[in-house]
Amino acid sequence: MEDWRKNKLPFTIFMGPATFWLLVFFTIPVVVIWVYSFGERGPLGQTYLAFSFDNYLRAIEPIHLQILWKSIWIGGVSTLLCLIVGFPVALGIAFAPDRWKNPLLLVVVLPFFTNMLIRTFAWIVVLGTRGVVNSGLGWMHGALDGLLTLTGQPDLMGDFVPLELLYNNYTVVVGLVYVHLPFLILPLYATLEKLDRSYLEASLDLGAGQWRTFFSVLAPLAMPGIVTGCMLVFILSMGNFLVPDRLGGTDSLMIGNLIAQEFNKARDWPFGAALSFVVMYPVFIFFAINALRARRQERARAET
Amino acid sequence: MTDAKPIISIRNVTKNFGRVTAVDNVSIDVMPGEFFALLGPSGCGKTTLLRMLAGFETVSEGDIEIDGQPMLGVSPNKRPVNMVFQSYAVFPHMTVFDNVAYGLKVTGVPKNEITGQVEEALALVHLEDYGRRKPDQLSGGQRQRVALARALVKKPKVLLLDEPLSALDAKLREAMRLELVRLQHSVGITFVIVTHDQDEALSMADRAAVMDRGVVRQIAPPGELYEHPNSLFVADFIGKVNMMEAKVAGQSGGDLLVEVKGMGRLAVPYAGAATGDIGVAVRPEKTVLSAEKPGEGVIALKGKVSDVAYYGSESNIMLDTETGVQFISTVQNDARDSGLSVAIGDDLWISWAPGNTLVLAE
Amino acid sequence: MTDAIVSRRHRREVNPLEYLKRPWMWLALLGCFVFLYFPIVTLVAFSFNSYKRAFVWKGFSLKWYEKAMSNASLHEAFINSMHVAAVSTVVSTALGAMLGLALYRYWFPWKGTYEGIIHLPIVIPEICMAVAMVTFFWAVGIDLSLTTVIVSHIAFTIPFVAVVIRARMAGFDVSLEEASRDLGASEWQTFWYVTFPYMIPGLVAGALMSFVLSLDDFVITFFTAGVGDNTFPVKIYSMLRFSVTPEVNAASTVLIVITLSLTLVAMIMQSRWTKGPKE
Repeated sequence: MEDWRKNKLPFTIFMGPATFWLLVFFTIPVVVIWVYSFGERGPLGQTYLAFSFDNYLRAIEPIHLQILWKSIWIGGVSTLLCLIVGFPVALGIAFAPDRWKNPLLLVVVLPFFTNMLIRTFAWIVVLGTRGVVNSGLGWMHGALDGLLTLTGQPDLMGDFVPLELLYNNYTVVVGLVYVHLPFLILPLYATLEKLDRSYLEASLDLGAGQWRTFFSVLAPLAMPGIVTGCMLVFILSMGNFLVPDRLGGTDSLMIGNLIAQEFNKARDWPFGAALSFVVMYPVFIFFAINALRARRQERARAET
Repeated sequence: MTDAKPIISIRNVTKNFGRVTAVDNVSIDVMPGEFFALLGPSGCGKTTLLRMLAGFETVSEGDIEIDGQPMLGVSPNKRPVNMVFQSYAVFPHMTVFDNVAYGLKVTGVPKNEITGQVEEALALVHLEDYGRRKPDQLSGGQRQRVALARALVKKPKVLLLDEPLSALDAKLREAMRLELVRLQHSVGITFVIVTHDQDEALSMADRAAVMDRGVVRQIAPPGELYEHPNSLFVADFIGKVNMMEAKVAGQSGGDLLVEVKGMGRLAVPYAGAATGDIGVAVRPEKTVLSAEKPGEGVIALKGKVSDVAYYGSESNIMLDTETGVQFISTVQNDARDSGLSVAIGDDLWISWAPGNTLVLAE
Repeated sequence: MTDAIVSRRHRREVNPLEYLKRPWMWLALLGCFVFLYFPIVTLVAFSFNSYKRAFVWKGFSLKWYEKAMSNASLHEAFINSMHVAAVSTVVSTALGAMLGLALYRYWFPWKGTYEGIIHLPIVIPEICMAVAMVTFFWAVGIDLSLTTVIVSHIAFTIPFVAVVIRARMAGFDVSLEEASRDLGASEWQTFWYVTFPYMIPGLVAGALMSFVLSLDDFVITFFTAGVGDNTFPVKIYSMLRFSVTPEVNAASTVLIVITLSLTLVAMIMQSRWTKGPKE
């Protein structure tokens, strides 16, 4: 790796355009809404720049706090489920014979590139009152009914009432897990794949069983991948807009939906901005902590 | 000791990876208390064999018994052997103490006993004050000693070591060589090491098995492997050797008569019988160089010096000879000044006693 | 008898770390794959349903595809999506590749922080970025249109391309460049004849990924598009809100096929070309 000062011209040419773009069309917009989060909403929906914390205070009012808590809660449950479902998959692929690794990864990641809207819609097809699950159950109900009629016991089961599987918090969790699973599997796989197998073999050799090896050796050594994956999934789940919008019920409003509402219907942009930042501050803090820790580790390693 | 039962009994073991046969019908008995080496070039199957002993590879055919118990279906954590891995595999997220204690902890040894045993093991490898350190604060050699302590604290019947000296620098390698032998004698258990370095095997082992492409060529103590190799492969793999093509011409008394290309007929002492094409060889250090043609009773050959390689304590002199084979003669530099001053282009005679000739089949 | 038992156990013995060979792992993987693909497969299957109600199967038919093809606004939305994706891909691949290369090759002060900021568009929830972009455009006085969509797409795809290029360059043998210089080539010649050819598979993979991400995007596009400017996913969203007919399934299937094929191509290329030069 070269020092940038040795080759200032190529460095500027290569870094310049992208940096400019991301500065103007990402960093500045973020700064703008940060400024707006301290602003005030005028009577006709305009925004007045001010220096008030009113919006943040409003954000932690009980009604809004409740939504925030729900988002955190649903985000947390989704992350946990993603971990439980995704860990074995990442493990299996990481320990698969080499020629299967890439195909397996491909299979897992491919759905991720389908439109999120479509993937969410697909669950409506599966779980709707006239969806696959209910149709299947209805068919079984009909078959059972027919069987009972043959044995002289008609109408024992009554009419089939389809299960209301959609439009509640559970559906939202399922949808979030479905959409974010690759985000957990990929970093975890990357970490597990690089793990030196001899650590696991050494643990077995010294007398530990498979489960013990998993908890005492595999999990601690894979922790960076686990943490990265979980944080990613948690942030994305918590701030997701589409899944609660399409699959959730009236009480499944999450913070993403609230932000959208403030911007579209209520036209209260400062408040919406403040809400956005309530989600973004933790992200920034987490990244900052990570960066500091990485720098500290590097310095410690350089000293030994 | 002579009628003792082997502690490891490998019987007709074969290992296949798909269509590749890594280990082919190998049978070896390792005796209790031995320092045994599996020696061979890379790809010969020695590491696979070691891993089968440890339980990390399954056996395709054949049986392995350790201390009289069949090991079929026995998982690694239940075997009475422990392994020191080539990369040492010292757990980076635990202290030295916790590393060494790990094997005791997971098998349910009570806490108060663990401390004592761990300290004993650390003392054995001279790491008494290192308990609190983390692996990334240790050098390679120190990490290896942690791996040793960790394995030995479990008092296994057999200790397996995978290329133990390959990651160390030359000076450390020397020191560790002696250290390992001393350790083995003081602890008294059987050691099995895998190595591709014949110096290591010769200097450390009581007996070694030389392997080639999945097959065991010879099992013998180092001296026998060196002076009485049973095949071209073993003779060439261990040490240097000057090889000549020959045809058996007959027998006379205790001698084998051979026609050697470019040398005519020679009489070589040989106990067995042989016919057809064979190899005839002599070790470089068994040869003597002289300016004058040597007298009777030795096998002699004339050659022109083509190269001199100086190694400090000895020199290898390369001669182009009439047989077409380039001979190497190893000469000790046993006097500081003068001694043999040999220059490229010199005409010299190389000779050796007939009894030092090796007769080798494929 | 011992031999029979011995040979039977031989066959069942499994390497302790070969997790993939154990039944519970098989089940877990299978379960996961079913979970991932079942909804999509169902959706695609019902696009061939001849019955209007999306959830009851009544026979195979292509009429929904015909309907979708002849739907003018759907058509327009499709063209818009392609246009947006094409333009943003070209720009973001160029910019992102240069960035990735620079990050690979150069060290500079605050590099760690810079890299952290660069990755933010990937990590932040889309709604936050969408909102930021809308506010920005409004504050600066730019009207929302397909152009603002393109600008936003470029912004969030550049980091992806940079990551892909960076990963590709990690396998590059620097001594190739040194050899080129040693033989007399200038910096730019070395770049063009040695470095750039190596980058190409990464560029292709990055471009395809950027294209797919743009084509698939809903949330950011929804907020940064002008009224009446529809892209494919946005159009599907509004179709969903009106009535759920298999036409939606058909349109979705078309999008799925396009994006999945492109993704497959990108990934296969990436894995095959990553292995090449190492030997």
